[in-house]
Amino acid sequence: MTAIRPAVEAKGVTRIFRETGQDQVRALDNVSVAIRENEFFTLLGPSGCGKTTLLRLIAGFDYPTDGEILLYGQDIAPLPPFKRPVNTVFQSYALFPHMTVADNIGFGLKMLGRPKAEIEARVDAMLKLVHMQALKNRRTSQISGGQQQRVALARALAPQPKVLLLDEPLSALDYKLRKEMQIELKRLQHETGITFIFVTHDQEEALTMSDRIAVMSAGNILQVGTPWDVYDHPSERFVADFIGETNFLTGMVESAGDGRARITLRSGAKICATAAADFRAGGNATLMVRPEHAKLVKGRGDLTGTIETIVYFGTDTHIHVRLDEGNAFMVRQQNSRSASCGFENGDKVGISIGDDAAQVLKD
Amino acid sequence: MATAIEVAEKAERDDIRSRWLLSTPALLIVFVAALGPLLIVVVYSFLTPGNYGDVKWQFSTDAWVSVLFERDVFDDTLSLATAYLSIFWRSVSLSLATTVLTLILGFPTAYFIATRPDHRRDIWLFLITIPFWTNLLIRTFAMQQVLRNDGIINSVLQLLGITDHPVQLMYTNFAVLAGMVYVFLPLMVLPLYASMEKIDFRLVEAGYDLYATRSQVLRRIIVPLVTPGIVAGSILVFIPSLGAYVTPRVLGGGTNLMIGNLIELQFGQGRNWPLGAALSITLMAIVMVALLFYVRNTTRSDGAHG
Repeated sequence: MTAIRPAVEAKGVTRIFRETGQDQVRALDNVSVAIRENEFFTLLGPSGCGKTTLLRLIAGFDYPTDGEILLYGQDIAPLPPFKRPVNTVFQSYALFPHMTVADNIGFGLKMLGRPKAEIEARVDAMLKLVHMQALKNRRTSQISGGQQQRVALARALAPQPKVLLLDEPLSALDYKLRKEMQIELKRLQHETGITFIFVTHDQEEALTMSDRIAVMSAGNILQVGTPWDVYDHPSERFVADFIGETNFLTGMVESAGDGRARITLRSGAKICATAAADFRAGGNATLMVRPEHAKLVKGRGDLTGTIETIVYFGTDTHIHVRLDEGNAFMVRQQNSRSASCGFENGDKVGISIGDDAAQVLKD
Repeated sequence: MATAIEVAEKAERDDIRSRWLLSTPALLIVFVAALGPLLIVVVYSFLTPGNYGDVKWQFSTDAWVSVLFERDVFDDTLSLATAYLSIFWRSVSLSLATTVLTLILGFPTAYFIATRPDHRRDIWLFLITIPFWTNLLIRTFAMQQVLRNDGIINSVLQLLGITDHPVQLMYTNFAVLAGMVYVFLPLMVLPLYASMEKIDFRLVEAGYDLYATRSQVLRRIIVPLVTPGIVAGSILVFIPSLGAYVTPRVLGGGTNLMIGNLIELQFGQGRNWPLGAALSITLMAIVMVALLFYVRNTTRSDGAHG
C-alpha cells in the first residue's frame, strides 16, 4: 500500500481558551486529521464546534495549546502567519479598503518581494481567473458582495499558496450567488490544483463541494469521509442528525454479525439493517432511515401510521407520518408531472423499509 | 383643494423655515461669540496704542509694520525684524516637535488601548483623561518639580552617579517641549484611538496572512487606515501648542518666549494692544495656511477611503 503524503496534518491538537472569570473553554480536544494534497477538504459542524479554531491554527492566527500541525511533514505550529505558505479567504473578505482591486490582489506578491513585472502579470492572470478584469482599478468599497468575494479569492490565490483556507466564504452571499460561487470554487480548485480547506456549517454546501468532509462537534472530529460516507454511513447519531434529514427508530438487537443486524422495533416489526462489524447482539439500538430510502405503501408495511402533513417541494414531496408507536417519521417521495403523491392527510399508511435502507448507529 | 405637489412644496418650505429657526442659537453663537471678537481684533490692529494700554481711535499701520520690520531709531529706515520672526519660528518648530513627539508616543498608546478587550478599554481611556481633571497651571508646576535642579530627574541622576552636578533642564527648549508633550498627549491619543477602534482587525490578520511582516502591516495597513485620526490628532495638538503660553512661561522662563507669551506681553506690560492684535492675526494666518496644506496633503495620498 502506498501512503499518500498528507498536505496538512494535525496531530493531537488541543486549543484551550482561558477567559477571565470563566471556566476554560476547550475549543479543540486532541484533534488529529490528515488532509491530502489537491483535496477539497471541508470542516463541517455547528457554530462553536471548533472548525474555525482549527482553521486559524493552520493559518497561524492562533497557536495550539498542545499538539503539532504539519505542513508537508514540517511542524508549522510555532511559525507566524507570514512565514506559512498558506493563504486565507476570510468570512468577511477583509479586503483592504484603502487599495484598489489590483493592489489587493498583488499585495501578497509585493510583500514577498517579487519583481513588479511578475506581480502585474500575476494580478492580470488572477483577474482573468475570477472574471474581474473590468474592475481592476476600482476601490473595494465600490464593488458588490459577490465581486468582493471573487477579489478575496484572487488575492489569496495570487501568491500560489500550497494550501488555501476558506472560512465560511459564501455565508454572506444570497442563495443564487452562493450556488454560483460553489461551482466557481470547485472550478478554481480543479484549475489551480491547490489543496482547499473549507469551513462551513452548511451541510448541503459541504456535500456538494467536498472531496472529503470532517464532521466536528464540541471540539472533536466525529467522522472523516467522502460526502457519500458521511451521508449514507454516518458513524454516530450526531453525524446522521446534522447532515441531511433523518428518521430515528429505537429497537432491540436480536442478532448481529457480518456488518448486518436484525432489529425488533417497539411495534414488534422486525427489520434488517447495516451495522458496524464489531456490533454485538443484545440491548437497545438506534436505527436511522433517510426519508428518501423509505417507501409509503397503502396497507401494512414495516411500520404503520397516519399521515399528518404533506409538504410539496417542487422536485419532491415530504410526507410527515405519525407512527402508531408515537414517533414522527418523514418520507420523501419524488414527484411526477402526471400524478399527485397519491396520499391525503389522515390516511392510514404503511412504511416499508428496504433491506439496505436502515443503519444501526452508535449513540 | 391642494394638489399633492402643492402640499409637498409647502411641507418643504415649512421644513426649511423650521430648520433656520432651530439653528438660530448656534448661528448667533458663531457670529456674536466667534466672528465678532475676531473683527474687533482686526480693527484694533489698525489703531494707535494708548498710553496706559487700551487704544486711541486713530488709524495706523505701525503695528503691522513692526510685526515684520524694525524702524531704525536714528534714520527711520525699515529693516527686516528678526526678533519676532525668530519667536514665530521657535513657536512653529516647538509645536511641530510637540506634534511629532505626541504622535510617536500616542500611536502605540492608542494601539495598545484599541487592542484590549472591550471592558478594559474604558479603564485605559479613563486613565488617559485623568490629567484633564487637574488645572493646567498645577500640572505645569508639577512638571517643574520634576525638572528642577534639585528635582526628581537630577536627584536620580546624581544618586546613580551619572553626574556630580545638576544638569540644567529648567528654562531650556527641552523643558518647554517636555511640558507641552505631557500636556497635549491625551489630545493625540483620543482621536487616534477613535480611528483605531474602528479598524477591522481581520484586515491586520489578512496582512499577516499575505506575508506582510509586523512593520509592513503597520506601515501599509494600520497607518493608512488611521490617517483620519492622525490628521485630527495632529491638528488638535499643533494649534493649541502654537498658542500655548502657560507651559513656555513656567518651564521656559523669560528667555524662551513663544508667540503666545509675546502676544500676552503686548496686552500686559508692553501696553501695545495693536501690535498684540496684529501678532494674533498673523498667528491665525499661519495656523490656517499650515492646516490647509496639511489636510490637503494627507487626504490626497491616503484619505479617500471610508
